[in-house]
Amino acid sequence: MENLISLFVESVFVNNILLAYFLGMCSFLAVSKRVDTALGLGLAVIFVEVITVPVNWALNHYLLAPGALTWAGLPDVDLSFLGFISYIAVIAALVQLVEMVIDRYSPALYSALGIFLPLIAVNCAILGASLFMVEREYTFAESAVFGLGSGVGFALAIAAMAAIREKLRYSHIPEGLRGLGITMLITGLMAMAFMSFSGISL
Amino acid sequence: MSILSKKDMGFLTDPLMDNNPIATQVLGICSALAVTVQLQTAMVMSIAVITVLAFSNVLISTIRNKVPSNIRIIIELAIIATLVILVDQVLKAFLYDISKQLSVFVGLIITNCIVLGRAEAFALQNKPWPSFLDGIGNGLGYSMILIVVAFGRELLGSGTLFGFQVIPDAAYAAGYQNMGLMVLAPGAFILLGLIIWVQRTLTGTVTD
Repeated sequence: MENLISLFVESVFVNNILLAYFLGMCSFLAVSKRVDTALGLGLAVIFVEVITVPVNWALNHYLLAPGALTWAGLPDVDLSFLGFISYIAVIAALVQLVEMVIDRYSPALYSALGIFLPLIAVNCAILGASLFMVEREYTFAESAVFGLGSGVGFALAIAAMAAIREKLRYSHIPEGLRGLGITMLITGLMAMAFMSFSGISL
Repeated sequence: MSILSKKDMGFLTDPLMDNNPIATQVLGICSALAVTVQLQTAMVMSIAVITVLAFSNVLISTIRNKVPSNIRIIIELAIIATLVILVDQVLKAFLYDISKQLSVFVGLIITNCIVLGRAEAFALQNKPWPSFLDGIGNGLGYSMILIVVAFGRELLGSGTLFGFQVIPDAAYAAGYQNMGLMVLAPGAFILLGLIIWVQRTLTGTVTD
């Protein structure tokens, strides 16, 4: 249990998927202009990560990894080269499914997340979390916690960034630096601030 | 260059400066930063991205009139994922050490916004040959930023270029120190921010 808590804290703060591994930058830059839309995207990412990382874990563990097909009587088969295409297919299909379920049961949440859900299928943070899960050989419980933690980390970073950018509108910025340039510099400062969490251990 | 008409050259050179995929179109930043601690990994990553981008553009442009538009995204993803698997297997076979260093970032070319972005914005409306050139051009534009960032980070962060020491020992003896920040994430963000500033000032791009 302690192990899981420390994995959660680590994936939210110390190894923040956005600020330490640069994943999900595209949507981070595009959707961080207003706090409420940023929060919407953050929630959608948490939602999708919590589902896709464990599902991809199961896929890897029971179908793709070397020796995973032992249960089907094929212990010598190694399908791990099919990993990328399977994970992205799972993510795209799950995003579609989640979209339909939310649309059916919670139209309010659907209209809040609506436009972001399809975008998420190509968000690097989602595929990145699944690939990290495979590379670091997490167990099932760890992969679920890691999915939650990296989603929360992404939501935290994008909400904070949107809040800063809302205030930034009142400042005088050199012409060439406006927009993307200043956003990158602020992201750098935020990444530096998040590095100060790196001493934390539970 | 007689096989390339003036228009074709435009497809190739436009993304290098005026319409750079990273600095102007804001595509593909995700992986641009993670692989730039060393020049060598940045070069390998650039070549991988150029290959995937060029061939995915050609393939998607070839089938553009036969795919119904509501399932095109999943078909594009399948094509891109297949190309990335090929590149990944080649890297694992011939450049195993570098492929270990690149870790998950080769796989993340699939979700690199550049590839899907160019497929949607260009390959779906154009013939295979211009799409191929557009892929190469955008790949080069991406590589250029990647290599500039990697050059700065490796030189300032480790005092080496391609793994060879370039800062003389005498400088270290005189008290020069490597800038540890450059190796870490914030260095990449700040360096890229500054490069974008320079590029936008040169091309005169102004956003609000």
